Amino acid sequence: MHILVVGGGMGGTILANNLARRLSGELEQGSSKITMLSATDKHMYQPGLLYVAVGKMSTTELYRDQKSLLEPSIDFHVDPVEKFDMDNNSVTTKSGKKISYDILCIATGSRGNAAGIPGLAENACQFYTEADALAMYKKLQKFEGGKVVVATGVPHKCPMSPLEITFFLVDYFKKRGIWDKVDLHYTYPIGRVHSLEPVANWAAPEFDKLGITYETLFNMKEVVPGKVISEEDSSAEFDLLVTVPPHKGQQVIEDNELGAGGFIPTDKKKLNMEGRENVFVLGDTTNLPISKAGSTAHFEAEALGENIAALVQQGEPVREYDGKVFCFIEAGDGKATYAMFDYNNPPNPQAPTSGLHWFKTAYNRMYWASARGII
Amino acid sequence: MSDRILVDAKNTFCPGPLMELISNMKMADVGAELELLSTDEGSAADIPEWVNKVGHEIIESFKEDDVLHIIVKKVK
Repeated sequence: MHILVVGGGMGGTILANNLARRLSGELEQGSSKITMLSATDKHMYQPGLLYVAVGKMSTTELYRDQKSLLEPSIDFHVDPVEKFDMDNNSVTTKSGKKISYDILCIATGSRGNAAGIPGLAENACQFYTEADALAMYKKLQKFEGGKVVVATGVPHKCPMSPLEITFFLVDYFKKRGIWDKVDLHYTYPIGRVHSLEPVANWAAPEFDKLGITYETLFNMKEVVPGKVISEEDSSAEFDLLVTVPPHKGQQVIEDNELGAGGFIPTDKKKLNMEGRENVFVLGDTTNLPISKAGSTAHFEAEALGENIAALVQQGEPVREYDGKVFCFIEAGDGKATYAMFDYNNPPNPQAPTSGLHWFKTAYNRMYWASARGII
Repeated sequence: MSDRILVDAKNTFCPGPLMELISNMKMADVGAELELLSTDEGSAADIPEWVNKVGHEIIESFKEDDVLHIIVKKVK
């Protein structure tokens, strides 16, 4: 049984390692094989980019060699897939290799698409690539005060990041001693300041206390120098625009017409691609109406690892993904909280504490053990 | 209608039904109809509020087996 994992981010890595442990006997005997194809030999801790953008983390802390994170039994290649031929259970890679599989797992992730909103990329700071996060930090360092606007596109990766970057900006400006020279204005696409109602109910009074103004039902339509205009016929003027850009799936998913916007239609519990019993999808690559977050990929990978191993060993899956998501929320001022929820249970976040901030800080280092499947 | 785009946001909390609708509206062509399924009580008010504010059109809205169905047409 050949299991092919396409994508070496958080979801693909945790899944491949999980499978390698569950199927160690089959891999040793040669009756099963796990191959991973990735676009890069480096693995990035993407949540770290938020910290890089405000000078709280260095870029050197973001990376590990991908191979060092994988079980030795996984056959890893830097050779991204360019063509999926699902009718014949094979893919073609960039180097021209044709690789057949019995089970395919797609975990190619998502990417910022600031170009999808006219003027956004040219006029806004963002932090979803290393280059963008560094550029944002450099721009912040030169900022001496004025109107700062935070604007969020849809859909976006990491649902807590609009709040987190806002609170981190307050910390940053206070640390530099220029907070009294900053007017911080937060905008958000729906009718409250966060998609999770309990989180919105906590965050809005925090904004009020800090003097952060906000406008909801604000979806960016266009950005011109100094002004962001919304689809709702509103606008906000800025000296500095910070954006959580809209996202889309990877180009290879779009090129192969596997799903609108590069997101693959996926069964919410079985995590198989709709219409394909031997193709599984996880992380940001799915079109599921749940958070595009590392924890989503993590919990999906654990469910899939158990199920795919059971398919190999018993011929039947043994569990369903329950929609579990766990997101830390950095609240600024050295405090944090979290939101945990699934398909049936709404979140109930508690007041932020310094202990949770330090736990998140520790997790930023423990992530590498998580990717290896150790924790 | 078989060519309606189904947005199944039942039993989801984040990003939630309105954000899912906005995402799918952005990807849809002008003239497309989308059917949103939601179990969030707030959708009955916040979906029409956004749709009307942006200038799209609510075609139909009804509740069936505790699931709210809202059919929206993208008009611009």
